[in-house]
Formats: sequence, structure tokens, C-alpha cells
Amino acid sequence: MKLMLRVAPGIVRKPLIASVILETGALINIERASIDAVSGEIVLDVSDDKCRQVKDAFERRGVDVVLLEIPVMRNDEECVHCGACIAICPTGTFRFDNWKVVTDPGKCIQCGACVTACPHRALQLVLR
Amino acid sequence: MEAEKSLSEINERIRDGSVRVVTAEEMPSIVEELGPGGAVREVDVVTTGTFGAMCSSGVFLNLGHSDPPIKISRAWLNRVEAYGGVAAVDLFLGATQPSEDKGIEYGGAHVIEDLVSGRAVDVMGEGVGTDCYPRLEIETTLHLEDLNQALMVNPRNAYQRYNAATNSSDRTLHTYMGTLLPRFGNVHYSGAGVLNPISNDPGFEYIGTGVRIFLGGAQGYIVGPGTQHSPESGFATLMVAGDLKRMSSEFLRAATFTRYGPTLYVGVGVPIPILNERLALSTAVRDRDITVPIVDYGVQRRDRPVLRSVSYAELRSGFVEINGKEVPTASLSSFHMARRVAGTLKEWIERGEFLLTEQAEPLPRSGVSRPMKQTKELPYVGDVMNRDVVTVGENISVPEAARVIVGSRFDHLPVVSDEGKLMGIITTWDISKAVANGNISRVSEIMTRRVYSATPDEPIELAARTMDIHSISALPVVDKDNRVIGMITSNDLSRLFAGRRPR
Ligand code: SF4
Ligand code: SF4
Repeated sequence: MKLMLRVAPGIVRKPLIASVILETGALINIERASIDAVSGEIVLDVSDDKCRQVKDAFERRGVDVVLLEIPVMRNDEECVHCGACIAICPTGTFRFDNWKVVTDPGKCIQCGACVTACPHRALQLVLR
Repeated sequence: MEAEKSLSEINERIRDGSVRVVTAEEMPSIVEELGPGGAVREVDVVTTGTFGAMCSSGVFLNLGHSDPPIKISRAWLNRVEAYGGVAAVDLFLGATQPSEDKGIEYGGAHVIEDLVSGRAVDVMGEGVGTDCYPRLEIETTLHLEDLNQALMVNPRNAYQRYNAATNSSDRTLHTYMGTLLPRFGNVHYSGAGVLNPISNDPGFEYIGTGVRIFLGGAQGYIVGPGTQHSPESGFATLMVAGDLKRMSSEFLRAATFTRYGPTLYVGVGVPIPILNERLALSTAVRDRDITVPIVDYGVQRRDRPVLRSVSYAELRSGFVEINGKEVPTASLSSFHMARRVAGTLKEWIERGEFLLTEQAEPLPRSGVSRPMKQTKELPYVGDVMNRDVVTVGENISVPEAARVIVGSRFDHLPVVSDEGKLMGIITTWDISKAVANGNISRVSEIMTRRVYSATPDEPIELAARTMDIHSISALPVVDKDNRVIGMITSNDLSRLFAGRRPR
């Protein structure tokens, strides 16, 4: 399960992830992070059983946490199943199944690459 | 004796409902099983189809006459300019024309899709003002049904096959072949391979002027060879025409390639009657039989390097090998929709709604598309670069570099290794910053290592674009061994371009 953290100014410099790992014992994989001096946005992958615990632990530290269930959305009216999104995605979210493009949204880390690569403008990041 | 039949026999079977139609995807195994003679007896028509970005597309629109009448010289549909130089109220709207208000996110292709979908389109026109056409301006809102004619005329569609694209450079490229990731990060291809119309009749045994086809969801016709028709090199094309009023938005879809522009995805399908064994054999073509070059778009020249040749079977497997590395592939055209085209055409024929026409003339079988004759060449970087460039070694100190740059004509100082190879670059700004911060160590610690350069055999247009994209004002010029041999600056270029182009 993927979690998106929005880290507010003031706590961005604290060792948040390390302390959550120590507290929960969860194996956390950082999939994407964009952090600057004032705030940050981090996408984590956590096993489903620890997900709730990790979410609570971050929230107690003042971090805004969103579960990324369908991080990338496709408008099926616009999609022509060309495949221009397939090779561009770093995590293999898209693939052909009998020459129709199917998505596995669990893999998406919201990098945004597919959004501009889709010639039919059929893809959108849900939380942007 | 060779198995044969006539087109009128086939049309008779279409009329009486006994015709046997298969798609080009099904044909190879039929020919394999029954042999070409058996296939001629078994199959009457093979339907082909392709659905992809076809930039060279557009529509002629006749608006009807206004009162007082106007001779339109310039016109816009939803702020997309259409060509007004055809009589008074005939316009040609090209698919790739971007809009004046929304840029490339909306263009001619989108207007065409809007018209086909029954949406209203705002028309603005400027007139010249004559005694017969006194009006100077017109503004109106039209639907497709309000136009006298809306004729799709696409100068170049349905390429026989198309180069696959990759990118050796170290920046992401945005092209009409989609987003090409740096350092051979992906390969993009286009075309329906086994279903491609011309690949199923490359000798133009049937395909020719006057042949009735599937175009954009309606019946259309092959007008003749498309522009850049290049049969001898295996890149034949079709010019096609049809009535936009009968087409459907399922098979005409506007798109935009990021930082390239609008384009129209068009569905084109050609029926191929199996008149003889030659046609049975040519429609038995498979993906593995159709090869294309993988071209490096990292080199921004007309004659781009070819890395290798690859078949559609390999391209469609999802990976191809380049320099020993597995590179993921993806297509820009839609095989799913190509199947819909071939399948729909098959249904029309089976239902007796689509009869095959005789070709008036085959497409030309010889000829290649020639490059542009250029009578006014732009100079090359080597012609205009400054040769008296000063470089410094990596190990000198910042103050020493400061002294060199003060005595030099440039505010960029290339840093080179002992062998003279380009390692980095420092600017007067880097030096001032280092000094201000009290950092007066070696230049290697403050230089920019990701340095862009030019080569002497590169047209200056390309060097100008490199500077433009990366917002830099000077480029070291290097030879094949990456040794610095000169420097070119944006000042040199502006002097050259001054007065040369209208801006
Ligand atoms: S690139 Fe866009 S249109 Fe093409 S398959 Fe992906 S989502 Fe669909
Ligand atoms: S945003 Fe698009 S390209 Fe990026 S990971 Fe998600 S699906 Fe893949």
C-alpha cells in the first residue's frame, strides 16, 4: 500500500521516517521524495498489515497522510490504447493485455511522467 | 494452374452475402494451412487497418456565402488558423495547426474532432473587400451540418511502416515519436505491422487510385500516392479523401504530443481482394517479416544514425536489445484500434454495405522521397567559432582562474584534463561566488561538470538551440576526442542571425 506524506514547514528537518520505522518496526520503502527547505512530499510503500500503524504514527507527528489507492486515473473515453504510457513509466504501472492497455495502480509513485506522455491527455494524477 | 478470381465475382458474393472475409491478422495461418491456391479459393477479401498519429491530415470546409458576401483571406476556427487562400469561402484546416489562445493543447485536429462530435465551432474571418465581395469581417458559429461540404483530404496517411525511435542523448526529448527517455531509456514505434494496409500489398497489385477504403469510420477513397511516397525504400504512403460528415469520432481522435504539437489519430483500412496467389501470399505477411530501422533521435539532423534493424514482432514483444541492453518498447499507434478498423471493415463487407472498386491506376512502384534542395546553407559551428579560446587545467586555483578569465575575451572558461579533454566549465559568476564565499581552492571544486558543448560540423542552428534550451550563453567546441578547439557564444550567433529572419 502506498502512502503520500505532506510534511509541513517546521517538522521537515526532523528524522521523521527513521523514528516511525523504529516505533513501528515496519519496512518502509521511499519511492519518491521532493523536499525543500519549507515543506516536502514523500511517497512511501508499506506492507498492507503495517499500513494503518504507520499512518497513525506519522499523523501523531503532525504529518498529513493520504492513502494512494488510485494515484493515477485514466479517462477511458479519451484512451485509445496506444501504449505511449507504457515504457515511460518507471514502475511498470501500465501493460498491454491483448493489446488493450491495463493499469496496475498499486505500482504508481505519482512521478507524473505518463501525464505529459499520453498524447490523448487521458491520464491525471488524483491528488494534484 | 494458378488459382484466380475476378473482382466482379467477389462483389457478387458481397451482394448475395456469401463472401468470405478475414482480417490480415488471420490470413497468415490460413495461407500456411491451405497454401496460396487454397487460400484464394477459401478467402475473398482480407481487411487491413491502422490507427495512429497522422499529422498530414486536414479538411476542406465550404462555409457558404454570407450577406453581404466576403472573400475570406484569413480565417480561424476556435482560434485555430485555417488556410484562406482558396476562393472566397473554402478553407483548408490542417491537423497540426496550433491554436492562438490555447497553444498546442488545442489545434486543427481538435477542431476536426469537435466538428465530427457535433460540437459548435466559432468561425472568424477577415476579408479583402472587393466590388463583388465587399465585406471585411465575419463572425459566426457553425456545426458540421451547417457547412456545405466538409471533405477530409489527407496528403500523407497510412505509412507502409515507420522508423522506430530512441534517444542516445542525455536529455529527455519530446518528439512526434512521443517522450524519448535519455540514454536509450525507451524505444517508440508506430504502425500496425501485420495489419498495415500497404504492408499487405506492397506491390500495389490492388492498392491504387480510386480504391474505396475505410477512412475515419466512413467510406473514403485512395486519391493516389501520398506525399513523400517512397516505395523503393519501403516507405510508401497514401493520399486519401472522404466525407467528414459521415465519419465518427471513434476513428478520428485529436491528440497533442508534448512540446511538439497537435496531431490527428486517423483510422484507415484498405480491403484487399484475394484475386490471385500473389495477393494471397502478400496478405500472409507477419509481424516478423516487416522490419524497420531503430533511429537515434538524439542526433538532431535529417540523416539520423540507425542503430539496428528490428521487426514488428520484436517491437511488439515489449523489449528490444540495443548495445547489449534490454530497452522497453511501446507504441504510439493503437493496435487495438487497428483491429477495430479491420474488424469494422470486415463487418461492412459481410453485411453487403461495402463493395470493392477497381483501381484506376496502381500507385507508383518506383521512386524515393528526396531530401530538400537547400540553396542557402547556414554556416557550421566550425565556420564561426572563436579559435583563440583559453582553457585551464583542473588543478589550478580559483584566483589563478580569475586572472585568466580577466585576460580572456570570454566570460566562460573551459576546464580541461592533462590531455586537453573537456572536463567542466567555470564562469565569471562561479569565480565571483567562490571568492565571495572565501572559497579559493581548486577550480575542479567549483566548476560545472555537466557541460554542454558543440562540434565543428554541427549547423549553428543546433548550437543555438542547445544554448536556448539550457539558458546558457557560450558553448565550448570540441573535436571527436572531446578536446576543446574553440568557443561559440550567443553574441556570435545574434550577430549572424541579425536581420536574417523576421521575428
Ligand atoms: S498513452 Fe494515453 S491514450 Fe495511450 S494507452 Fe496510455 S492512457 Fe491510453
Ligand atoms: S505517475 Fe504515471 S509514470 Fe509516474 S509512476 Fe505513476 S503511472 Fe507511472
